[in-house]
Amino acid sequence: MKTFARITILFCLGVFLWQSWDFPDWGDKDSPASSHLSPYFAKNTMKDSHVPNIVSAILADYRGFDTMFETAVVFSAGLACFFLLRRKPPKTKSKYYRHLPTGITVKITGEGKEPSKDSKVFRQIDSLWTPYDLIIRKTTQYIIPFVQIFALYVVAHGHYSPGGGFQGGVILAATIILFAVSRNLVAGLRWVSEKAASVSAAIGVFIYAGAGAMCIVLGKVFLNYEALMEVFGTDSVMARYYGIFVVEIGVALAVTTVMIWLYYNLSSSGKHDEGL
Amino acid sequence: MIHQLPGLIVIVPLLASLAAAASGWVNRKYPFIIAFLALSFTAYASISMLIYTAGGNVLTYHMSGWAPPVGISYKIDALNALVLTAIQIIALINLPVSNSYVKYGFEKKEAPFYGLYLLFITGLTGITATEDAFNLYVLLEVSSLTGYALIGMGNTRSPFAALNYLIIGTIGASLYLLGVGYIYIKTGTLNMTEMSLMLPLLKDSSTIIMAFCLCVAGILTKAALFPMHGWLPGAYSNGPNASMGIIAPLTTKVMIYVLIRLGISIFGVELFIESFSLSNFMVNFCAIAIIAATLKALYHTKLKKILSYIIIMEVGYMAGGFFLGNSDGTTGAIIHIINDAAMTFCLFIAAGAITSKFLEEDIRNIRGIFEKMPFTSLAFAGGALAVIGIPPTCGFFSKWYLIKGGFGAGQYLFAGALIFSSFINAVIFFRIFEKSFFSDKNHHKTPENLQAQNINTNKQISEAPLSVVVPLVSSLGLIIFLGLMTGKIVENYIIHLI
Amino acid sequence: MEIYEIILKNYNYWIFIILMFTGLYGVIAKNNIIKKLIGMNIFQTSIILFYVSLSAKLDGTIPIITETDKHKPDTLIDAANYMNPLPHVLMLTAIVVSVATIGVALALAIKVYRTYETLEEDEIRRKIASGYTGEN
Repeated sequence: MKTFARITILFCLGVFLWQSWDFPDWGDKDSPASSHLSPYFAKNTMKDSHVPNIVSAILADYRGFDTMFETAVVFSAGLACFFLLRRKPPKTKSKYYRHLPTGITVKITGEGKEPSKDSKVFRQIDSLWTPYDLIIRKTTQYIIPFVQIFALYVVAHGHYSPGGGFQGGVILAATIILFAVSRNLVAGLRWVSEKAASVSAAIGVFIYAGAGAMCIVLGKVFLNYEALMEVFGTDSVMARYYGIFVVEIGVALAVTTVMIWLYYNLSSSGKHDEGL
Repeated sequence: MIHQLPGLIVIVPLLASLAAAASGWVNRKYPFIIAFLALSFTAYASISMLIYTAGGNVLTYHMSGWAPPVGISYKIDALNALVLTAIQIIALINLPVSNSYVKYGFEKKEAPFYGLYLLFITGLTGITATEDAFNLYVLLEVSSLTGYALIGMGNTRSPFAALNYLIIGTIGASLYLLGVGYIYIKTGTLNMTEMSLMLPLLKDSSTIIMAFCLCVAGILTKAALFPMHGWLPGAYSNGPNASMGIIAPLTTKVMIYVLIRLGISIFGVELFIESFSLSNFMVNFCAIAIIAATLKALYHTKLKKILSYIIIMEVGYMAGGFFLGNSDGTTGAIIHIINDAAMTFCLFIAAGAITSKFLEEDIRNIRGIFEKMPFTSLAFAGGALAVIGIPPTCGFFSKWYLIKGGFGAGQYLFAGALIFSSFINAVIFFRIFEKSFFSDKNHHKTPENLQAQNINTNKQISEAPLSVVVPLVSSLGLIIFLGLMTGKIVENYIIHLI
Repeated sequence: MEIYEIILKNYNYWIFIILMFTGLYGVIAKNNIIKKLIGMNIFQTSIILFYVSLSAKLDGTIPIITETDKHKPDTLIDAANYMNPLPHVLMLTAIVVSVATIGVALALAIKVYRTYETLEEDEIRRKIASGYTGEN
């Protein structure tokens, strides 16, 4: 079986390599791909929407419909993982609590009395617990806020520099996942609960689709930001500018929360009691 | 309003799926109501578009206000409208069926289930309506991902089958993406209408031939044409009953629609006919596919596996009919998309009801379906007759066009394969009718048979719940209705395409 | 030195083809599910590389309009100075799609592992054939 696979693959490899002779040269400025449609984008983004970053303009304005479905793909991946994996851990599993003043870890099995959720002295930790580690805790405590500000910067400056909703959203999700990895999954769940993550993901995609639907309600075609002229109170060029910004926010929110949601479900295989 | 419909038909299920997924935290009943409202709206939209495009009119919709090729556009012509209507009606009829299974199987997970259901329908609708090649890829992935998740929640064998489906399906979709890349590198556009204008000038370029092969290979992998069908029997026979009602009839048929769209609108029929050796090769290949699938269906005894192989056989019909290259064959393929969706829906829902009530997958162990579940068995019989191809069910008419096309193009192997598979289907289904529908009163009282009869009478086997029966019976009615309307459908829609 | 010129003009396409078939070989011939997923990911990444490499232009800069060009009317901006932005946009979408696919694939792999206690495909097939229902 393996040799048959190898022979077939080598044969197809040869066919493809032979065929690549027909391609245009690498870096050719006059190839059909570079000269048919793309000059329109380069010339007209400043005129149409006053956004220097051509990639962001295409992503959110000219081909914004594709981006909406890409956000829907991200949301459906989060929803699919939730649907497939989520289940309640068995009741007989023991829970672990850390007594904060002294640092002692307490294990309570099934019938014991558990501390209440608001207790200031006891805090729940994962079953795969590690002792209190000063270096990791303090390092992440100082790094996370700066990375979050950088993430928000990337989202907001998608118009002028490489960036935008997807990139900034992933960086923001990385900070929260860093928090959950360095401490406990339960601590991460206390910060961003699963309900908040899933509803925010839906809200993120809804911002995008809703902005488009509002364009229909206001009379024009779906995702034609010119219809939002009256809402923003500016002319059509700046309406596109602000429209792109609004959908980038929606994308960032959706991507952040779906990444967190995916992490929660995949790392604990659905049970939400212990993480990585 | 009619001019906003091509956009709305995709947006409304998307918004509804978000609302359904989020409202699950509030109340358990809301997702079903939201899904029902959304799908009723899309069914109404697709029927009104169907009426509009009856004479050959075309509806275009430019997303974001930019005309193609700068922006993405959606175009609804007669072919689109037919397939769209089929998708929406099946999705709507399936909703009560899914609801009854979801209550038993996925108690707390109705919200994500309906969210994924609506996203799946959004993906399929978008694939049918779009005119942009890359947008088709994104929507293909939307429907595929949700399909994998919906299949993965079945019995214990289903995650592995879904994983297999995922790997093969992703490779198929990536091959399609690569094909689009090859077209882009030579033409610089992603819009289907522009491609159809530019590609005839580039006919001799090896890149375009390779692009055509890649696109067709990718799409046929997702459509489960033999020998790329490895994922289908495992995935469809082990999937949960709640979701097989939409996944089984629709996935492969929409891929065949994409194939026809690639052929008619993008590459142009000349590329098919002129490379006549390709047409010959593909038609014979499909004929072999049909024969192989039919023989495998004969061999298996699990009810859902038999139906899965029948789906593979039907895909062979449609692909072969399209590759014949004459108008009869293409007419047959297009009608068969709609007919097969209805037939497969009816058969899969009936099979799901039977296997869930009897708790038994193997046909040899089931007896007495007709007494216990009269309506279900009637619907199953109707679907079976449609597959075999007996008038007045719709299956007869599509087979008629396909055989006529086969003889017209001189492809006797293909026509022979069609007739041969009809006979074998008759054998398969009549064997099921004879053995399983009626319990044997004159059977010898060997201990084994007594045991079998005792098992069946001890359980409380009653008719499937009303929410399953009503859609079943209505789908049976649809089959007969489509059969009678075939003449009208051909006149009004298909003639304009060819 | 014609061969040399041909190689220099086209070698980016050769790299993508070799990567693509490496990934495809991984999917077909490897036994472990995770290795198959990695092969699938390499396959998708090679296609992304193909698209991005065809957007390059000699002496072109990134597709963000520079300060000097911002104030020119559209007829004076020379599009040949900027790289082709359209494949970049398409591939942003494709990357996100591949990440989502891997996410769902890993969720399914977790489910498979829960039932069968192994991730080797031949062992799983053997267990299926022998009717192993496993512990959920």
